[in-house]
Amino acid sequence: MPVSTSEVKRRAKTFQRGIDLPHNKHYTDGKAVERLPLPPFVVVPLRQHAGETVEPTVKPGDHVSAGDVVGDLDDRWCSAVHASVTGVVSEVEPRPFGDGTMVPSVVIRTTEQSREAPAFAERAGWQDLDQQTILGILKDFGIVGMAGAGFPTHINLAVRSKIPMLIVNGAECEPFLTSDHRTMIERTDAVIGGAEIIMRCIGADRCVFGVETNKPDAIEVLRDKTRNNPAMEVVPVAVKYPQGYKKTLLRAITGKDPPLGGRSSDVGCIVRNASTTAAIYEAVALGKPLYERVITVSGPGSVERCGNYLVPVGTTIRYVLESIGVRAEDLDGYKIIRGGPMTGLAVDTLDAPVVKPTTGILVMPPSAIQPQHEWINPCIRCSACVNHCPVGLYPNEISQFVEAGTPEAAEGLHIRECCECAICSYVCPNYRPVTHLVMEGKAMLRQRSR
Amino acid sequence: MYNPKLVVTRAPHIKIKVENTRQIMLEVILALLPATAMGIYLFGGNAAAVVVAAVVAAIVTEAAVDRRFSNPSEIFGDGSAALTGLLLALSLPPSIAPGYAAAGSVAAILFGKVLQGGLGKNLFNPALVGRAVMMVIWPAAMTTWVSPFDGATSATPLISGEATLSALFLGTVPGSIGETSALLLLAGALFLNIRGRIHWQIPFFFVLGSVLTAVAFRANPLAHVFGGGLMIGALFMATDWVTSPMTPNGKVIFGIGCGVLTVLIRELGRYPEGVTYAILLMNATVPLLDRYLKHKALGEA
Ligand code: SF4
Ligand code: SF4
Repeated sequence: MPVSTSEVKRRAKTFQRGIDLPHNKHYTDGKAVERLPLPPFVVVPLRQHAGETVEPTVKPGDHVSAGDVVGDLDDRWCSAVHASVTGVVSEVEPRPFGDGTMVPSVVIRTTEQSREAPAFAERAGWQDLDQQTILGILKDFGIVGMAGAGFPTHINLAVRSKIPMLIVNGAECEPFLTSDHRTMIERTDAVIGGAEIIMRCIGADRCVFGVETNKPDAIEVLRDKTRNNPAMEVVPVAVKYPQGYKKTLLRAITGKDPPLGGRSSDVGCIVRNASTTAAIYEAVALGKPLYERVITVSGPGSVERCGNYLVPVGTTIRYVLESIGVRAEDLDGYKIIRGGPMTGLAVDTLDAPVVKPTTGILVMPPSAIQPQHEWINPCIRCSACVNHCPVGLYPNEISQFVEAGTPEAAEGLHIRECCECAICSYVCPNYRPVTHLVMEGKAMLRQRSR
Repeated sequence: MYNPKLVVTRAPHIKIKVENTRQIMLEVILALLPATAMGIYLFGGNAAAVVVAAVVAAIVTEAAVDRRFSNPSEIFGDGSAALTGLLLALSLPPSIAPGYAAAGSVAAILFGKVLQGGLGKNLFNPALVGRAVMMVIWPAAMTTWVSPFDGATSATPLISGEATLSALFLGTVPGSIGETSALLLLAGALFLNIRGRIHWQIPFFFVLGSVLTAVAFRANPLAHVFGGGLMIGALFMATDWVTSPMTPNGKVIFGIGCGVLTVLIRELGRYPEGVTYAILLMNATVPLLDRYLKHKALGEA
């Protein structure tokens, strides 16, 4: 018997605190993924992941095909970087990353304009690989977390003992973003195949897909396709921010919390995002490196041709916007966000590239931009941030210690546990930059401990 | 290639709707307006002058010391100064000179807020600090109460014991400008509660604490609850975010403490000013209450 939507919502699991955000997913959640025409050039940064910047393995003048390695390093703490188009390397030099810094990048002029997706076929025996082989493929094929900081996946999955449970994170809790959602619907087999590979890699005997109830079609198709696999289960989780954070998802699904400073593996789970899981399948089973991805291009009614687009990594934001009819000339006073509206980065130049962890590009018109004061407003002790912090912290007190220049005092308040969800700033009625202060405190502590 | 001027600000890039300090303060002021209007209706022109003087003095004082609000278009600031002035005015006797009220407001902002580090850092409720200062300087003027309609002066009803309970509830009794009608104050507080601005714990346990203590002293609990400014104190002063505990359990203890102390001061001290000093004393316990009643972080053992 089909379960009604309201029934699913009532039963949906969740975590304490957090907050309801206006989803704004309706702009793009019904739009099938489209491949944009290939850009005339791409700027592929040699650091798109948490870890070391890799060394270029090509030089100007070299011909490369999409999928060729252009950067790598003999170090565990990095992930290989690949050409995302077929063409000629024109420069290897630092390029603006969008956050004010320059990152060494490989610029490739596209020579082959074919819009056809290159054909990849399943390789024989992909189901039977052992852990070391899988980890090697993940590093060489450039698989990193495709939401957030881009943590190299081969490091996450290099577990020494069996981890009983895999959680595939399909919560996609940030407003506007729908790339995971479309991936789960349109590449369901890849998501499930990726889950099988991870389970094999970490020795898991159970896999749970955690999907927010605002994606009933994804829940249904995943249920349908895992029906005959007793090891797999789809668990609808409540629509609440930040449901997609590892520890809140873990809490919703298992009811367990890793200890302070701990990791999800401490309670027997590994959490992987749905798009990353699909990329793992494509790398391991099809031999396709991570060199293109789906991004959501949207905004509060500001993008006429908003949608979900498949683009090569290294495509500039300028190209993405112009190819769907958003002209740079019209963007004075706009804010362009790479990522989601809660955790994304407001880029300082349209020449910043789409990178592996880029979930979307949001176009915020002046009317949607919150003014930011040059001063720091005081806390008026309304307790909103305390009541909503998903990690159960006291962001108000932490921010006051940081403001006073004594972040050490905030260590006892577990500042390091902050997941940077930005709820504390979002709710603060006094427009205090609480999140920013907490993050600054974390950075100060990192520096001082060096 | 055109390079537009992009706005670069920190995450988050969206903001919760409606919630900002000024709007919240305006809501609290709105909630107090019925009681204010009733006070002016009952006590006439001088009451109106006292309200205006206190509010204007508070706003001007704040603007003079806080650079954020010194711009004339920003003079209303975050609205907290106006609220402090209004609360102070409502707690004053209707016959007091408007000049005294203005001076009280200046004291409330300076001693109650600015000198304690500004809004958010102040330990004590600014309006009550202003009131306490006035009690010291003008004790006589602060305890002269006029009866509405006939203008006869008397002590506060708590002391005289003449007023009927229904008159206390409706506010047609001698008392301060705004704190006489429990009905209108309750309506305002209910509005704030529905809007999520104040929680029920502090007023509820404030009243409960005072009733139980009154019973222990064999005093009339209703006279304690509806007289001598307990209602405005419990509903609008003790619930001030800045000077009350953040945690639900802390609010319970804080409320009970305020109620018990109010009646103790009144019964043992034969002094109608129980509410002011009870809340100020409990304000001092807030850092401790907040510190020891914290909830645990995710994964904290
Ligand atoms: S302190 Fe960190 S985890 Fe808590 S609300 Fe703020 S940003 Fe989110
Ligand atoms: S939300 Fe802002 S004002 Fe309220 S307690 Fe947190 S920091 Fe203070």
